[in-house]
Amino acid sequence: MAAIVTTQKAAAVNPLKSSQPLGAALAFLGVAEAMPLFHGSQGCTSFALVLFVRHFKEAIPLQTTAMDEVATILGGADHLEEALLNLKNRTKPKLIGVCTTALVETRGEDFLGDITLIKRKREAELAGTDVLLVHTPDFEGAIEEGYSKAVLALIEGLVQPVEPRRVDPGKVAILPGWHLTVADLDLLRDTVESFGLEPVIVPDISGSLDGTVPGRWIPTTYGGTPVEAIRALGDAAHCIAIGEHVRRPAEMLHAIAGVPCTVLETLGSLEAADRFITLLSRLSGRPVPSKLRRARSRLQDAMLDGHFHFGGKRVAIAAEPDHLYALAAFFTGMGAEVVTAVTTTGHSAILDKVPAAEVAVGDLDDFETRAGEAGCDLLVTHSHGRQASERLGVPLLRVGFPIFDRLGSQHRRTILYDGVRDQIIEAANMFQAQQRIHTPDSLDPFRDRGETHDGHSQASHH
Amino acid sequence: MLKDKVKALFDEPACGVNQAKSEKDRKAGCSKPLTPGAAAGGCAFDGAKIALQPVTDAAHLIHGPLACEGNSWDNRGSGSSGSDLWRRSFTTDLTELDIVTGQGEKKLYRGIREIAQRFAPAAVFVYSTCVTALIGDDIDAVCKHASAKYGLPVIPVNGAGFVGSKNLGNKIAGQALLDHVIGTVEPDDVGPTDIVILGEFNLAGEFWQVKPLFDRLGIRVRACVPGDARYAEIAGAHTARATMVVCSTALVGLARQMTERWGIPYFEGSFYGVLDTSESLRQVARLLVARGAPDDLIARTEALVTEEESRVAARLDPYREKLAGKRVLLNTGGVKSWSVVAALMEIGMEIVGTSVKKSTPEDRERIKILMREDPHMFESMAPRDLYKMLADGEADIMLSGGRTQFIALKAKTPWLDINQERVHPYAGYDGMVELVKQIDLALHNPMWAQVRAPAPWDEDGNLIETVVALAAATSPSPLQGEVKESAVEAAQPDDSFAARHRKKFSESRVENSDPEYLARHRKKFAKTDADDMGEC
Repeated sequence: MAAIVTTQKAAAVNPLKSSQPLGAALAFLGVAEAMPLFHGSQGCTSFALVLFVRHFKEAIPLQTTAMDEVATILGGADHLEEALLNLKNRTKPKLIGVCTTALVETRGEDFLGDITLIKRKREAELAGTDVLLVHTPDFEGAIEEGYSKAVLALIEGLVQPVEPRRVDPGKVAILPGWHLTVADLDLLRDTVESFGLEPVIVPDISGSLDGTVPGRWIPTTYGGTPVEAIRALGDAAHCIAIGEHVRRPAEMLHAIAGVPCTVLETLGSLEAADRFITLLSRLSGRPVPSKLRRARSRLQDAMLDGHFHFGGKRVAIAAEPDHLYALAAFFTGMGAEVVTAVTTTGHSAILDKVPAAEVAVGDLDDFETRAGEAGCDLLVTHSHGRQASERLGVPLLRVGFPIFDRLGSQHRRTILYDGVRDQIIEAANMFQAQQRIHTPDSLDPFRDRGETHDGHSQASHH
Repeated sequence: MLKDKVKALFDEPACGVNQAKSEKDRKAGCSKPLTPGAAAGGCAFDGAKIALQPVTDAAHLIHGPLACEGNSWDNRGSGSSGSDLWRRSFTTDLTELDIVTGQGEKKLYRGIREIAQRFAPAAVFVYSTCVTALIGDDIDAVCKHASAKYGLPVIPVNGAGFVGSKNLGNKIAGQALLDHVIGTVEPDDVGPTDIVILGEFNLAGEFWQVKPLFDRLGIRVRACVPGDARYAEIAGAHTARATMVVCSTALVGLARQMTERWGIPYFEGSFYGVLDTSESLRQVARLLVARGAPDDLIARTEALVTEEESRVAARLDPYREKLAGKRVLLNTGGVKSWSVVAALMEIGMEIVGTSVKKSTPEDRERIKILMREDPHMFESMAPRDLYKMLADGEADIMLSGGRTQFIALKAKTPWLDINQERVHPYAGYDGMVELVKQIDLALHNPMWAQVRAPAPWDEDGNLIETVVALAAATSPSPLQGEVKESAVEAAQPDDSFAARHRKKFSESRVENSDPEYLARHRKKFAKTDADDMGEC
């Protein structure tokens, strides 16, 4: 449906992307007692760490192999080995997720071979710690790709095949997309449990990045999916992946252990939530609990109340592919029009389905330019969209990552009946706050001959 | 070649740390080998960008794959009184195809052209990164060519991440200014009271608290590098009569070379704290008078200092009583530790520890003198130890940077940001009042008592003590049945169990603080030299 165009600029201005290894680290941070490790120079880790800290407002476990110029020339295997041993000694993690960076990938080493050798050589020292590798050079992809690769590595590297296939009829594997918040995961879990099913969410940042005060110092992640739970995923009755970018991990689970899977593109609208609930009802053989029926009815009411504010509104969205799709479907589903859609990379199959005339693969400068030209009522992207918002005079709904200038991004719900309702209310309130008061001038039929977009912010042309 | 350059940068005769070393140690340079799996802090690229990025009317173009810039832009709180171009992010965002097909240099050249044509910057700073250094992109040549073609300064900054630490990156940035910028513009309004300030970042706009003091004395700040700097100001900085170096480890080499090349004397000073601010003003006046400024500058400076000091003393008075005896842990390399130590001690606060990671031996001596008994200095502290110390209640507040923020907060300890992301300006006389005010606000927030009080149930959720007083009601309910007594107690809040309980926990988080343990603990810190977030 949407035409995908790539902007032709030599220099990106105000990047939309965060790097691929950061996405992979985010997935590993959703595993209990885990430690992501960037194989690169210490700056790669430092930048990602600071960005995570600013977003989550938490101490984040993340380490580096600290490549220096000698290692860059001679090879980084020794640094990798030393880092693994140091981490094992100091933090005793259950899992170390090695994410490569552009530096070591440009150099081009046999990382898998190195890790295999290290594991063999240091078998005793590393016992009890799984070490996984993902290839995540910064020169390709963004968060979505990195996250997807790390989830794939978790499934491929940990799940044990069950021969012959045994099924735990209550167990459901859930592979959430990276853009789901802590509150979203809580809601998912509650919803699945309300059907008497046992969800295993992989990865699960609601256990590790939910902002608690643990009462002691924990050097690794303090919660998340236990490694053992991932290992034992093979007997799940079903796997539900949320977002195109976790399709491959779901298919891998099917390939390894024969777990049937369903990929849902989004849970961010009433009909999308209905699909999910229907699936759960079928899997469990139980009727839909009254609490959920009530929640659905509340969402219907919010849609009725809110649609006045969305109708005809012009929205500009910049987000990673699956997130863009979810947001665009949400806004168009409520009657708004997505006049500008910008994304990070152009490979995802979901982009064809984005309900917009065009999806541009570009940066926040493209976003700003296009949104300014189209004229719009709302900008939807992460905190770095604030410059565009200031210059265009259009309010910014902060979504995704990073959100460093607002609190509580992880406690916002965006999916299923309750989350969609919350999001309708939040956006509707932003639209209401911008409501223009009519003046004799603004309504003068000789002043506006209908060429401008009714409703879009005049401030953008100042 | 790179090795020689790095060696030259580290062989800094003006650096106090370097001077104190033996000949052999000096040769080894001051870049400590990093420990894989236990390292922290930024890389040389980070340092180089930090040192130059606040130049407001220049475009800062990062030549490399996404992460170097994409994960780090628009994250520092320097203030600009003019252009906001510096806040925009420019990167060549190299793809795999660019790297494999060797398109890096061409893409960089085109990028400079796009920026020059669209944004008309005063200059473009081009930063190399690990990948572009590794594949051998010649950014010097590209910059030279683009500069000639588009008629604007294009300055290469060769600080790839893998060459070393953030500190080295600062030095590389200073060298780039010296090699390509300073001395390239001859201002036509040179005067006898022109000065340059190096290493002032204008965080939260705090230099604007100081500049009016100079204005009042008729001293012109020719250039403040890099905070709120315009490119042309830096280019004409060689005409100044004196230099003040603020953040000494970063740009002292630049100051020394400006002395050698243009005969500009420099001194190291600080705008943090009352006494330091006064002393810095006096030093500037003395240096200027020695070089031909009117003699009365010294007397006018004294008059201004006297006036401002008495004003600030009066403004600090209300805080003395509230803050006297409060224990501060200073954990930062970002500001001159001793100058803040002196300032806080002056209003009666107790310093229980200070990091001296970036301090010179001279600074350390000053701290020793200031903190007569038990000068608890540490290079840096592992997060686990830091957490333990704070959770044990060994400090009432920690002042540090964002990196260690959540260690303090998770240990339920008041915390104040005194590093680059802070939003409050702390420089000069007014800045000192602001700092003390912020410490007061952080320390005395009423939420601490609540957040520290334990939940009224045990690990299994069984109520242990009825510490929550509920209002009495007429009809009995399961809740009121249990808490009847405490409801009565609540009538006398001062003596109630709940109040005592809360008080106990709000005042002390020390549950097993035997003195022997603490002594051993302190010794342990004294020796550690792990990086801030390094050792887990």
